[in-house]
Amino acid sequence: MDPFTTLTGVAAPLLRANIVTDMIIPIQHLVGATRQGLGQHAFERFRDHPDWPLARAAYKGAPILLAGENFGCGSSREGAVWTLQGIGVRCVIAPSFGDIFFNNCFQNGVLPVRLPEDAIRRIAAEVEESPGNARVTVDLERQVVVTPRGEAIPFAVDARKKSALIEGLDEIALTKKRAEEIAAWQARDKQARPWAWESVAP
Amino acid sequence: MATLLDRLWDPHVVADLGEGWSLLHIDRVLLHDLSGARALTEVGEKGHAVARPDLVFATPDHAVSSAPGRTSETFAGGARPIAGLRQRAKETGVRLFDLGQPGHGIVHVMGPELGIVLPGVTLVCGDSHTCTNGGVGALAFGIGASELTHVLATQTLMQRKPRAMRLTYEGVLPKGVTAKDMILAAIGKLGTAGGTGYAVEYAGSAVRALGVEARLTLCNLSIEMGAKMGFVAPDETVFQWLAGRRFAPKGAHWDAALRDWQGLRSDVGARFDAEHAIDAATIAPQITWGTSPEQVLPVTATIPAPATPGDRAALDYMGLEPGRPIAGTKVDWVFIGSCTNSRISDLRDAAVLLRPGAKVAPGVTAWVVPGSEIVKREAEAEGLHRRFLDAGFEWREPGCALCVAANGEAVPPGARCVSTSNRNFVGRQGTGARTHLASPAMAAAAALTGAITDVRAF
Repeated sequence: MDPFTTLTGVAAPLLRANIVTDMIIPIQHLVGATRQGLGQHAFERFRDHPDWPLARAAYKGAPILLAGENFGCGSSREGAVWTLQGIGVRCVIAPSFGDIFFNNCFQNGVLPVRLPEDAIRRIAAEVEESPGNARVTVDLERQVVVTPRGEAIPFAVDARKKSALIEGLDEIALTKKRAEEIAAWQARDKQARPWAWESVAP
Repeated sequence: MATLLDRLWDPHVVADLGEGWSLLHIDRVLLHDLSGARALTEVGEKGHAVARPDLVFATPDHAVSSAPGRTSETFAGGARPIAGLRQRAKETGVRLFDLGQPGHGIVHVMGPELGIVLPGVTLVCGDSHTCTNGGVGALAFGIGASELTHVLATQTLMQRKPRAMRLTYEGVLPKGVTAKDMILAAIGKLGTAGGTGYAVEYAGSAVRALGVEARLTLCNLSIEMGAKMGFVAPDETVFQWLAGRRFAPKGAHWDAALRDWQGLRSDVGARFDAEHAIDAATIAPQITWGTSPEQVLPVTATIPAPATPGDRAALDYMGLEPGRPIAGTKVDWVFIGSCTNSRISDLRDAAVLLRPGAKVAPGVTAWVVPGSEIVKREAEAEGLHRRFLDAGFEWREPGCALCVAANGEAVPPGARCVSTSNRNFVGRQGTGARTHLASPAMAAAAALTGAITDVRAF
């Protein structure tokens, strides 16, 4: 996983609530697909509409997405994150996220940032003053989003997720260090709940 | 004072990771042919063994054709992922229920049906509708392919404990109103983000009165209001339903399990982070009008005037006019199936409407896709398939089929479909397809009349 420290770039406003992962990528493109090459299908059922915000040339390849409430809700498909990565997105800023999508982002080195809706609208307004030129900085180390005019807006992030992103850690390797604890839990549980184990014994 | 969430979650904490994060033991894993095949491959590519293949169960459901006589090759796009799932299951010792075998089916149908999913177990699957399995009192939730790989490699998952919500339905459901209507009404009230960050416990006399399959339906749409997990406290109804199933505990283990399961409930006076209540007696059959499950109405209502640009776009996509009654809207397709509503009781609910001589309305294509091989065989033994076929429905092979349209099957562009599935998103059932979510009986009524119809007047 690529480490995430600080990111500066164009922020594309997509301020609609409840963007479901089906909108980001239809399932048909994920059947037998690899993680790469999905960007070409991003939002394909919406992007040709004249009002589609991301259709503007100024926002092509923007690494930051400014989103509405409940972004990434619906299907658990991790392909939604791979698709956003495929169009260059490394950070999504939204008032709230679908729970499964939120976790999937961290698994892929994409930072989901929760900010109040009015703060996101403020950033979007500054961005729209000079589309394609205005730059937003997301500083994970300091936990701030810096608007094009220089306002630093703090955000919260779990310490565990923060360090995993900054260091590009592999969670499986981390958990495997706890193999003894896991084995001990399982041994205790087999005593406490033998039915949970014996019923599926091959 | 503990909630049911505490009683399901806390005993599974292998390690407290701080800030509300836990390393959670996962007791059961279900794999399907998309995320499951991928995770099973990736765990090997990363150099890890499958930690506990005895706790992992696989079945292909998403990318399989539902055509009568199908094989895994019938939908060419699914051939490779299914072959991969078979090969990796064999290499790792994961039990696979293949096409045509009892046990094959939609993951969230076969899991409870085989007794793989039990009260008090933790269960994950790379599928957001894993919440379905909370209907038997399991802590079940959907995850992405990377988290699934983590589970396969370690039998654990790093998760943050959600907040606890209780949604109480007191009273008696009116005739013609089902679990599907209960949960759609809740989503209409709380919205598609109403449950985000929560685990939802469904409670109250109307929930206790539901059979297990109806509880699975209720929990299935938890994710449609944003909740990754939803569950019902297990009771005698669940215990009787599970007894004797293939992987349910037997003998002394069954007795021990029953003792454990009887404690799986929230304490009287336990504090919830959010509480909501719905009067069951006031719920009418529900039907969605838009492109989000929260855009839902009683079938007696009129199509609403758009309140937002999103509503306007939804009405345009659906080809509906505000101010007209939703009932009477002509339909082209009907789909009875999916992990929401494809169990034997769902098929019986739909078949009740098929009086002798009843026929699918001219111009309507109506599909019944049983949720599993066992459901299919049970329905055929009862003669339900004959009644559907005689009425002009197609009787097809088990799988996700038109719920997600990942198998080459699709509702044509512009066609209007009453569907017993869980998502009415733009393009979900096929590019340009217009989906109205409803119960199996409402779907059968639409098939017979060729229009959205109040099943109570049928």
